Amino acid sequence: MFLASAIGLAIVLGCGFAGLPPTGDYRGPYGDVVNAVTVPERNVTDTVTAVNFDIRGFDTLGEEFILFVSVMGVLLLLRRQENEPRRRHEDRDKGRQAVPISDAVRVIALLLLPAVVVFGIYVVTHGQLTPGGGFQGGVILATAPLFLYLAGEFGNFRKGVPRTLAHIAEAVGGGGYAAIGLACMGAGAAFLQNVLPLGSKGTILSGGTIPLIDASVGLEVAGGLVLVLIVYLEETLELKEE
Amino acid sequence: MIAGISAIEILQAIALIFLGVAATVLVLTRQPVSQAILISFYGLLLAIVFVLFQAPDVAFSQIVIGAIALPLMILLALAKIKKQEDESEK
Repeated sequence: MFLASAIGLAIVLGCGFAGLPPTGDYRGPYGDVVNAVTVPERNVTDTVTAVNFDIRGFDTLGEEFILFVSVMGVLLLLRRQENEPRRRHEDRDKGRQAVPISDAVRVIALLLLPAVVVFGIYVVTHGQLTPGGGFQGGVILATAPLFLYLAGEFGNFRKGVPRTLAHIAEAVGGGGYAAIGLACMGAGAAFLQNVLPLGSKGTILSGGTIPLIDASVGLEVAGGLVLVLIVYLEETLELKEE
Repeated sequence: MIAGISAIEILQAIALIFLGVAATVLVLTRQPVSQAILISFYGLLLAIVFVLFQAPDVAFSQIVIGAIALPLMILLALAKIKKQEDESEK
């Protein structure tokens, strides 16, 4: 049965692959147009960011709210209910000696923590110049608390990563994007139309509204992912001090 | 260099073969915990393929989401399920 369907699938796939254009043979007009237009008209050297945060900025706003709503959904499902019994943390293997975190792991995690923060900020702020941007940089920033978690106890993780701050970052980032769009309307242009001066090509302030939207997306993504991590870890590990 | 084949095409072919092997191993793995670790490795390979096909923006997201965030979520969810099973057994 498996063999018959596998052979059938292989034949169909083979016919399909035979009709594919060769690698790198791009036939649509849009990519070429975008490549030709973004650098002279937006002073932005990373075309992908220009498409995401300017040319189709409205779609990206929708995507950002998908992420926002998913994070809210996770928070809602994993919230602690009033009648939920507060259990003590119990090891599955009773009487097992917990393996202490080795010094090597601690040192490397603490060394990498600032490096990851700097790199995340770099990726967020250079989205208009090089590959990367708000989404990628935001996710990189969100991995920084994981190093804190690896380096120490869960208690340190809770103290070092205040939940309120993540909430604020997510809300400000999500709302900021829409607010930038509305501000463009306030300036007499269309929603999310690039009204700010474009700056000079290849500098960090080029691209008008693009760096601002980049930063707000970075905040939203970092805050949202950190929130999800916090609630997941709390739900899984339970709180030892309670 | 073999006529008509550039170095980048050879690298692309090697990466795709590795990706195919990793995907097959991933599908044939039956332990959820092993799957979570393997999907991280698979995500990293996929990111390399993205770089080789000149999509660094996507590769960036793929490394962080596919290789770190997704396996982490799966592991945490598995830990939670294990715990509930233990409690219902008591």
